[in-house]
Amino acid sequence: MNFVALRMLMGDKAKYLGIIFGITFASLLMTQQLAIFVGLMCRTFGFVTDTPQADVWVMDPKVQFIDDLKPLQDTMLYRVRGVEGVDWALPLYKGLLKARLDNGSFQTCNVIGVDDATLIGGPPEMVPGQGSIADLRRADSVIVDETGANGKLARPAPVDPVTGKPSGPSIPLQVGDYLELNDHRAVVVGICRVSRTFQSQPVIYTTYNRAIVFAPRERRLMTFVLVKAKPGIDTADLCGRIQKATGLAAYKARDFSVLTYTYFMKYTGIPINFGIAVALGFIVGTVIAGQTFYNFTLDNLKQFGALKAMGTSNWRLLGMIVLQAVVVGLIGYGLGVGLASLFGLLSGRSELAFRLVWQIPAATAVAVTVICVIASLLSIWKVMRLEPAIVFKG
Amino acid sequence: MSLTTASTPVLNDPRNRPAGEFAVSCKNVKKTYSTGGTKVYALRGVDLSVPVGELMMLVGPSGCGKTTLISVVAGILDRDEDPEDGGECIVFGQDFSKMSASQKTRFRGQTVGFVFQQFNLLPALTAAQNVAVPLLINGVPRSVAFKKATELLGRVGLGDRATSLPKNLSGGQQQRVAIARALVHDPKLIVCDEPTSALDHQTGHVVMSLLKDVAMGEGRTLVIVTHDARIFGFADRIATMDDGRIVKTIVGREAIAAEGTH
Repeated sequence: MNFVALRMLMGDKAKYLGIIFGITFASLLMTQQLAIFVGLMCRTFGFVTDTPQADVWVMDPKVQFIDDLKPLQDTMLYRVRGVEGVDWALPLYKGLLKARLDNGSFQTCNVIGVDDATLIGGPPEMVPGQGSIADLRRADSVIVDETGANGKLARPAPVDPVTGKPSGPSIPLQVGDYLELNDHRAVVVGICRVSRTFQSQPVIYTTYNRAIVFAPRERRLMTFVLVKAKPGIDTADLCGRIQKATGLAAYKARDFSVLTYTYFMKYTGIPINFGIAVALGFIVGTVIAGQTFYNFTLDNLKQFGALKAMGTSNWRLLGMIVLQAVVVGLIGYGLGVGLASLFGLLSGRSELAFRLVWQIPAATAVAVTVICVIASLLSIWKVMRLEPAIVFKG
Repeated sequence: MSLTTASTPVLNDPRNRPAGEFAVSCKNVKKTYSTGGTKVYALRGVDLSVPVGELMMLVGPSGCGKTTLISVVAGILDRDEDPEDGGECIVFGQDFSKMSASQKTRFRGQTVGFVFQQFNLLPALTAAQNVAVPLLINGVPRSVAFKKATELLGRVGLGDRATSLPKNLSGGQQQRVAIARALVHDPKLIVCDEPTSALDHQTGHVVMSLLKDVAMGEGRTLVIVTHDARIFGFADRIATMDDGRIVKTIVGREAIAAEGTH
């Protein structure tokens, strides 16, 4: 009878496609919105994942997230180094500085100052042929991220004297170009690739000592202390010891990421906005699929009645409806997640945040299952209560 | 056949037959419906006996209870929804009132074949697939079921239309497919609801001839509800119903005469 169930389902092509469309739409919207949400959240702590050398991040106890900059006294570096279990501890500057562009406008940039000697905390990946991290040791040198160099820091094309408009697309910032950071000259010595930042500002790497020259004069300038635990030392214990010895906050890299995205989850409307979009996808998908599936059952009520009269049990009919729901659910789910993946693939190098972790298709699968259950329950209820004598009514 | 409420004397009175030879034996069957707070007495104590191998027709005006009675006989209508419902209906020795819903479903699947007024073929299935449905319901493997269905389609003259969808068949052809479907699992009882009302006179005769030849030839019992006086001549007996009761029965040759008057 499974054969009959499938033929009944696929026989009415309009309704069959309608049900699949509903589930595909719901599946696509939920997967895509969740993936963008996760992508955005991952951007909030992208800098932490770009700095994998550090086991522990030490900072002011009042810091709530990674861009909540509360600098420390330089002397704190030595106190951290003195804690038992610390293999090495290095300073890191992170601040927002204004870069002056060729056209006279300013662009706020995320400036990272890494340890002058080791360059730990530097960019995770260099664009091939566009310099190396070691070039940061050259005078006035900076490394700019690829997206920033091609976008917000790109130089406008020369103005066409006839039209008065730029004569072509902006010219990307290149190795050898100059920047003006807070009235200080900086030379671009490399182009790197980094995780996108939440605010999508260009990222500029330089050495710690050069960064504090670029930065406005302040008494405290060191933003973080990056710590490596000695082999065999438990990082959680080490965090506790650092906190106790210095009065500073110390987090394992993962805990710092959690602290950051928890802040964004708690204090921004992002989860609510995406939650609404996901809920809408679920509701619209349920309504379309449920309504169409129910209509399909109503249209086939006489056929179901005839099957019942001819000796098909309620359990068998239930199985047929469940099979129909499973088939449209699987097809709709596959199409929806497939389209969402394609969307992610096509938008891979764009500004769009899209990160499809395995938990998202799993969550969508659960939601699609719920949609199918709701859709089929209406039909099951109708068919279970169906009097087979309906077949004798004209 | 025995219709105890009948006033007309009948030949070969089945009341004189041993009980075991009756395909259908209903006694004092009552059935009421409630519609909008009003009770409708569909069957007001019907007694009906149909011997094995007989073709009986139930006739009467609309709303007289024919369809309700055939639904009770086929075991697709519960008679105990209202306190006033009651009576006994035994089909091939099985008392419906003592059977669970699942037992009745299984019994119908094995013992009863259906021919409906509107054919009720599954539109997405081919003729052969439609015919195979009762076999599939009874758990026969698909390949065996389709083979038998195709053979039976040949017997009803549609061997070349086995792969046609119902929408591509004429009304008469669809009803022949429905007849093949009613016969494919060798049921002992076939119930037909207005099998010719959607067909023209000539096609109706062809369908009835087919039913009589193919179905009756194998010793089955047929109960047919019809308004169509043109087919009365096929009946062994005709019971006329009115207001929930059987008011008259006539035997075959009287039926032929009745057909002549229409």
